[in-house]
Amino acid sequence: METLFFLIVAAIAVICSLMVVTNKNPINSALSLIMTFFCLATLYVMLEAPFMAAIQVIVYAGAIMVLIVFVIMLLNIKSEAGRRTSHALFMGISVGLLLLVQTWYLLVKSSLSSVRGTVDSAMISKVGHTELIGKSLFTDFLLPFEITSILLLVAIVGAVVLSKKKL
Amino acid sequence: MSYDPIDIALILGKIGLVFFVILTLAAYLVFAERKVLAWIQDRKGPNRVGPFGLLQPLADLVKLLTKEDFRPVGADKWLFYLAPAMAAIPAIMIFSVIPFGAPLTLFSHTIPLQVADLNVGLLLFLALSSIAVYGVALGGWASNSKYALLGSIRGLAQLISYELSMGLSLVPVVMLARSFRLSDIVAAQSGCWFIVYQPLAFLIFLISIAAECKRIPFDLPEAEGELVAGFHTEYSGMRFGLFFVGEYINIIVLGGLAATFFLGGWHGPLLPPVVWFSGKVLAFAFLFIWVRGTLPRLRYDQLMHFGWKVLTPLALVNILATGWFLVLKG
Repeated sequence: METLFFLIVAAIAVICSLMVVTNKNPINSALSLIMTFFCLATLYVMLEAPFMAAIQVIVYAGAIMVLIVFVIMLLNIKSEAGRRTSHALFMGISVGLLLLVQTWYLLVKSSLSSVRGTVDSAMISKVGHTELIGKSLFTDFLLPFEITSILLLVAIVGAVVLSKKKL
Repeated sequence: MSYDPIDIALILGKIGLVFFVILTLAAYLVFAERKVLAWIQDRKGPNRVGPFGLLQPLADLVKLLTKEDFRPVGADKWLFYLAPAMAAIPAIMIFSVIPFGAPLTLFSHTIPLQVADLNVGLLLFLALSSIAVYGVALGGWASNSKYALLGSIRGLAQLISYELSMGLSLVPVVMLARSFRLSDIVAAQSGCWFIVYQPLAFLIFLISIAAECKRIPFDLPEAEGELVAGFHTEYSGMRFGLFFVGEYINIIVLGGLAATFFLGGWHGPLLPPVVWFSGKVLAFAFLFIWVRGTLPRLRYDQLMHFGWKVLTPLALVNILATGWFLVLKG
């Protein structure tokens, strides 16, 4: 049952991400990307990570994609004239194949595939998924977390400086 | 995982009940709004269909269903047909996480009066309300019309801005209740409602939800004086009806959330919990209608200025103050 559901969701995700790159109309591409994010959120729910799923929808589908749609609407970009070269197709396929081989190698050959972490279903249902994420973010991963927040702050200040004509 | 058939039947029953009650209430809210506005403006309001005009929503429904359903030339077919549903469905879905009464115990079965008691209920609400933006945006864009496009661009900018202050005003609630689960938030208010600790957050949330339902001081996406009808200018029949009812569903749902987060949800003395909850929701609905009868519309730059430079900083300061309060209290 769960495998069947996973296969359906994964198939929708793959079809939608293919539509992101093949669609000529930018709005349809953006909508396909939103559908892909929804499928990813569904996969997070299946992995017992509802917090990640909610954040995925809020940040990606709800904030970033809204801005992209906003820009497309504001500039009123209509369908792009077909300027697709075989050159780009070749590069895309080769990079994709390279990544596929790499993933396959990592899953099958490396020692990572059979390693199990400390967090399991029993622990999630006892402590709570959100609490676990919060704890590890503020203890084990404090430095990367702070560096990320400084990076975001720099980006925000940069955006204000760039968009303001006179300071 | 296997479920008891009784549990499945109960869940389906609750979904059906919530659907029926919300849709009926939304239809009658339209009627109530017309009546209250008429009363404020010293008119009579709709009074022809049935006793006191009470069958007016039914007549409106028949009219909308029998109208011709057309599509403007050059409109994007799929998006034009999908957009009204994209606006209305997330609004109904949010109600699934709202607890509307104390858990019932029938024949040793405990029934929580809530469709889904998720541990990320509050985040689900924020996620769904950010998805509801697409209905407004795409409806206007797909219509291939100037007014609709302007309306939906305004709507997008407004909804993005006020979602931020809405989310930030809920952080102190989560800090006080220490949970994203809505039933926990209600349980944490059994002694004292959060509006007592967080009057500022309540005010920010109230203003943000008024902007979120595109109600009068913030109804720029459909400003009828300048944009005809804004993002739904080109819609007719039941598709227009879906946009319209969606807005009233939004009022009910956001009123229910405001009651859950700040007014103790279904808590209250003497009367049964469900009555308290419905009373609070209806009080919010009346407040919105009253505001519509009282205030003029903001100008667009005032709206943006107010959202980004007043509400958002205030909400941030409020989070800091709540944090300090909780640390000092220990």
